Amino acid sequence: MTTLPEKTTRSLGLVIDLDTCVGCHACVISCKGWNTENYGAPLSDQDPYGADPSGTFLNRVHSYEVQPETGPAQLVHFPKSCLHCEDAPCVTVCPTGASYKRVEDGIVLVNESDCIGCGLCAWACPYGARELDLAEGVMKKCTLCVDRIYNENLPEEDRTPACVRTCPAGARHFGDLSDPDSDVSRLVAERGGIDLMPEQGTKPVNKYLPPRPKDGWQGEVDVLAPFLEPVAEEPRGFLAWIDKTLEKL
Amino acid sequence: MHPAPSIIAFTTFSGLGLGLLFWLGVDPDPPTGWSAFAFFLIGYLLAVGGLMASALHLGRPERALKAFTQWRSSWLSREAWTACAALVVMGVYAALLVFFGVQVHVLGWLGALLCLGTVFTTSMIYTQLKTVPRWHHWSTPVLFQLYALGGGALLSGRVTTGLVLIGLAALAQAGWWLAGDQRLAASGTSIETATGLGHIGKVRAFEPPHTGSNYLLREMVFVVARKHARKLRLIALGLMAVLPALLLLLPFGHWLALIAVLSHVAGVLVSRWLFFAEAEHVVGLYYGKR
Repeated sequence: MTTLPEKTTRSLGLVIDLDTCVGCHACVISCKGWNTENYGAPLSDQDPYGADPSGTFLNRVHSYEVQPETGPAQLVHFPKSCLHCEDAPCVTVCPTGASYKRVEDGIVLVNESDCIGCGLCAWACPYGARELDLAEGVMKKCTLCVDRIYNENLPEEDRTPACVRTCPAGARHFGDLSDPDSDVSRLVAERGGIDLMPEQGTKPVNKYLPPRPKDGWQGEVDVLAPFLEPVAEEPRGFLAWIDKTLEKL
Repeated sequence: MHPAPSIIAFTTFSGLGLGLLFWLGVDPDPPTGWSAFAFFLIGYLLAVGGLMASALHLGRPERALKAFTQWRSSWLSREAWTACAALVVMGVYAALLVFFGVQVHVLGWLGALLCLGTVFTTSMIYTQLKTVPRWHHWSTPVLFQLYALGGGALLSGRVTTGLVLIGLAALAQAGWWLAGDQRLAASGTSIETATGLGHIGKVRAFEPPHTGSNYLLREMVFVVARKHARKLRLIALGLMAVLPALLLLLPFGHWLALIAVLSHVAGVLVSRWLFFAEAEHVVGLYYGKR
């Protein structure tokens, strides 16, 4: 049934630290690697070695330039995957019941054998988290590595989503965001974690930690600083002549 | 949004066909015998043809029947039900008229109501999407109804009613376009809210995730030919309303009426192309596009 559950027992999700992410795309690759050979249809590529390659990805990393009113611009790397929204618009539009949100952990999943590939859920998602696989004709999305996090055949440290496990910078965190005492919830509270597009009313579970403010030249200036002032000498000789002549023109 | 030919054909032709069936259903003095057969055949070819076209864009058309299951929550599922109900009820009404010359008014009215209901559920598939601010407005279902009623009236040979309705549709369409141009800005969604970085400063998409294209860009961020939108809007209004009106105000002739109908259909196709091609999905903001 594609109505949303009134309440989920837990709200598993990701916390992504935009201050720490270095934009290496390792999470993109490990996600594609794990999810193409495990749960569900593989993530196909079209024309992978040709002139116009494209393919299905459940996680993509954007990069944004942010220009404050004063000071230099800041570059922010921005990984984006399904946010496992509480009020997921992709679930309620589904005509077949293939899309659903699990009561036990809040993960939004697609039952691929029921999906007709109409694409309406991808239209309903404001974040671009769903992609129709062109080879399989069904909708693919982040499963929060549902086949890893409960998998007792894996060593305990591997029972997290592939993207979290692989992140070399520690910019991705996984946990229960409905529990105010969980590590992820405390991180969100400490760092002022935010929702993406809150005005869309989707109530995303995944949170983003904004970049910390950049430090600037505040406080004491070294006593030797005046001696480091740039030396601007007047040009002499031939250069001085060019300078004067150009000035006159 | 990507203006897929199958979706344009679906909304245009099913709207026209269901509009024609509506007028046949409410007609107090409907055609009977072979003449009724011809009218209903055109209505059914358009409506069923349009609905079949919509199945063409599915990734897994062989599972299409599953779309009937979620009528409690999904407008697409509700559309499947209303379309089938409308076609079955109108089918019985038509069979009685064609083969027995009997008119069951209740059946006609019920079928007509279901026809309008189908057009409404179709329009709600688009209207419900908050992610496409241009569509997410009560005026979208009104526009779809006016198109279906106007086109249906023309097809059923109701010249005066048809002209009034396509005039109204043209006015509604012009207003919908002008108001729609402001709606993305008015929705409050911007690259700043999309990234949550607006408190630092002005955000610019610096580098996309991949050098190539992807499903999201092809499907949701269609920006080709938007520069011709103004001209296409005028062409759509001219073909859809102005030319048919001129042709039908001339002394009546069957050929003129046929050209008027074809011109109207061409105009509706152009306006539907714009309906999709001009629709900005908010996911485009992540790519610095709209």
